[in-house]
Amino acid sequence: MTKLQEIASRHELFVNLTLRELRGKYKRSFLGWAWSLLNPLTTMLLYSFVFGFILEIEPETGDPSGLKNFPLYLLCGLLPFNFLAMSLNGGMGSLIGNSNLIKKTYFPREIMVGANTASWLVSFLIEMTLLVVALLIVGNGVLVWLPAVLVLMALQTMFVLGLALALSAAAVYFRDLEHLLGLVLQAWFYSAPIVYPMTLVTEQLSEDSVLLTIYNLNPLTRFVTAYRDFLYSLRWPPVDELLYLVGVSVGALLIGYAIFGRLEGRLAEEL
Amino acid sequence: MSEHPIEVRDVSKRFRLYHERNQSVKAAIMRGGRARYEEFWALDDVSFDVKEGSTFALVGENGSGKSTMLKCLAKILRPDKGTISVEGKLSALLELGAGFHPELSGRENVFLNGSILGLSKRELERRFDEIVEFAGLHRFIDMPVKNYSSGMYVRLGFSVAINVDPDVLLIDEVLAVGDEEFQRKCLERVAELRAAGKTIVVVTHSLMTVRSLCDEAVWLERGRMREWGKADQVADAYLGQVHVDLQAQESAHPRPGMGKVRFVRLELLDASGRPVDQVCTGDSVTFRAHYEATEPVEDPVFSFSVHTPDGVLVSGPNTKEAEISVGKVDGSGVVDLTVPRLLLLLGNYDLSTECTDNTVTHSYDRLQRAFRFDVKPGTPHETYGGLTSLDGRWSVGAEG
Repeated sequence: MTKLQEIASRHELFVNLTLRELRGKYKRSFLGWAWSLLNPLTTMLLYSFVFGFILEIEPETGDPSGLKNFPLYLLCGLLPFNFLAMSLNGGMGSLIGNSNLIKKTYFPREIMVGANTASWLVSFLIEMTLLVVALLIVGNGVLVWLPAVLVLMALQTMFVLGLALALSAAAVYFRDLEHLLGLVLQAWFYSAPIVYPMTLVTEQLSEDSVLLTIYNLNPLTRFVTAYRDFLYSLRWPPVDELLYLVGVSVGALLIGYAIFGRLEGRLAEEL
Repeated sequence: MSEHPIEVRDVSKRFRLYHERNQSVKAAIMRGGRARYEEFWALDDVSFDVKEGSTFALVGENGSGKSTMLKCLAKILRPDKGTISVEGKLSALLELGAGFHPELSGRENVFLNGSILGLSKRELERRFDEIVEFAGLHRFIDMPVKNYSSGMYVRLGFSVAINVDPDVLLIDEVLAVGDEEFQRKCLERVAELRAAGKTIVVVTHSLMTVRSLCDEAVWLERGRMREWGKADQVADAYLGQVHVDLQAQESAHPRPGMGKVRFVRLELLDASGRPVDQVCTGDSVTFRAHYEATEPVEDPVFSFSVHTPDGVLVSGPNTKEAEISVGKVDGSGVVDLTVPRLLLLLGNYDLSTECTDNTVTHSYDRLQRAFRFDVKPGTPHETYGGLTSLDGRWSVGAEG
């Protein structure tokens, strides 16, 4: 039985572990599921106040949608970023936090990481649903674009899962990676056009500068602009950018899984 | 299914001993490379087969690699060399309730833990009542397990693990958990699985378990396989080694005591006075110690003691408490303790003897666990474990 067949045969375990993550996350709290929405909502209000109101950052006007609304503009980038950040944080701790399971029972360990990512994907889906409702209320006809958004979310999930797999196993060997990740995520957040429109960066940099190329190759930049094209502007992103995202996502998953495979052999004894 | 559901071939497992406890990127950068470590082989070229439907024991001292072997069988550890094949559904009782989530209810945890062990939801639903029944937790099943007592926790863990209907069951001495009542239930369930032709591998210290429960055994010593064969033979060989080690320890430390009385040897005699090393429960036997007194000693106290190989004292009679006046001893002689009906049950026992002064504070000489003898089943016929028969009388009938 190959590894993939084995994983497929344990789909019930995957579902149960995902439910465990979700229940564990919200069960003990008074507000329960509302918490998962309170977090992005608060961040959205804060950023809208600081960047939209005080610093007066102008959101782009959606073309062809004609929408111009800072909080919605922000959420199109913030929610995908939150999914990435939460999954990497959670994924990194998923093996260490379940050392008892890993040292005492056997099942394909990648299921553990996958379940963690899946639990954040559920939160992400709920948040995105509410965003879509908000967009519809302000008159943005996003419904026809939803299949494309779902495909984009699938790609991002592959990307995130690849990174989470590599990080989860690496964190067992290097326990201080957790602190590093916090810094990296903070830098990553500002390196992509989430709280500001991309034009503010392109205006500063010349067309052929290396910095701009790096900025553009940042997968998070590409994900955020693609989400915005679909949801905010209601248009297709350039085909080359979409293909780039497909390549990056598949690549991240393959490389991340390969790293995981290299490191997983001695997990039970290193934990 | 093939004749050998478990096949272990040339398996070696290497562990790393790091010089520093926690690995970190910072430390790696400061050091300029990977962590330094020493390696040691926890398992070194071990091969054996387990026959279908048999009960198989892994024995050895602490650190011999037997638990490592079990974890390799359970696929928790991955061997560095060699192959292990296990056919059929496997359930490992390594730690009961591993994977319970404290915030979730007992019910939710049964489903979660069951699916970790490979049971589908439908199967779990079918067995749910049985699992709860076995654990005896009806009233508490919808309570978060963080509010369970440790006994309840373990009971639920065992109940799930044992009810997954495994083809191969791995047990790591965890059965010594819970109260007496629950332990008995566990042993019964294991016996049922044995009877149902399941393959069972146990890691154990108890040679009693090996002899009374197991068909075959492997004896591991510092990662190497010393012996593989019939459980009785392996247990004997293992005991012999422990015995040799004990004697080596003894001879390394010169016998204490003041030396006025020296023991020459210890014997066990059967009813007809022949020296033997094997008797049956219920036999008439005599323990005999030969001594030599180099100078006259007034009123010494002689004692015998019987230990299990694990070091549990079964009995230790002495002449003083028996109010036997020994008088003056001089030259060579013998001390006999005659037991008309030996009530020890199946197993190995070690005999020791000691001679002290009348205050029982100064030892003249002692032979510690110097003679090992074997007790086979006899009458009273009891094979349910334990060290000694109570030799009681039964009567069953209506009250009054």
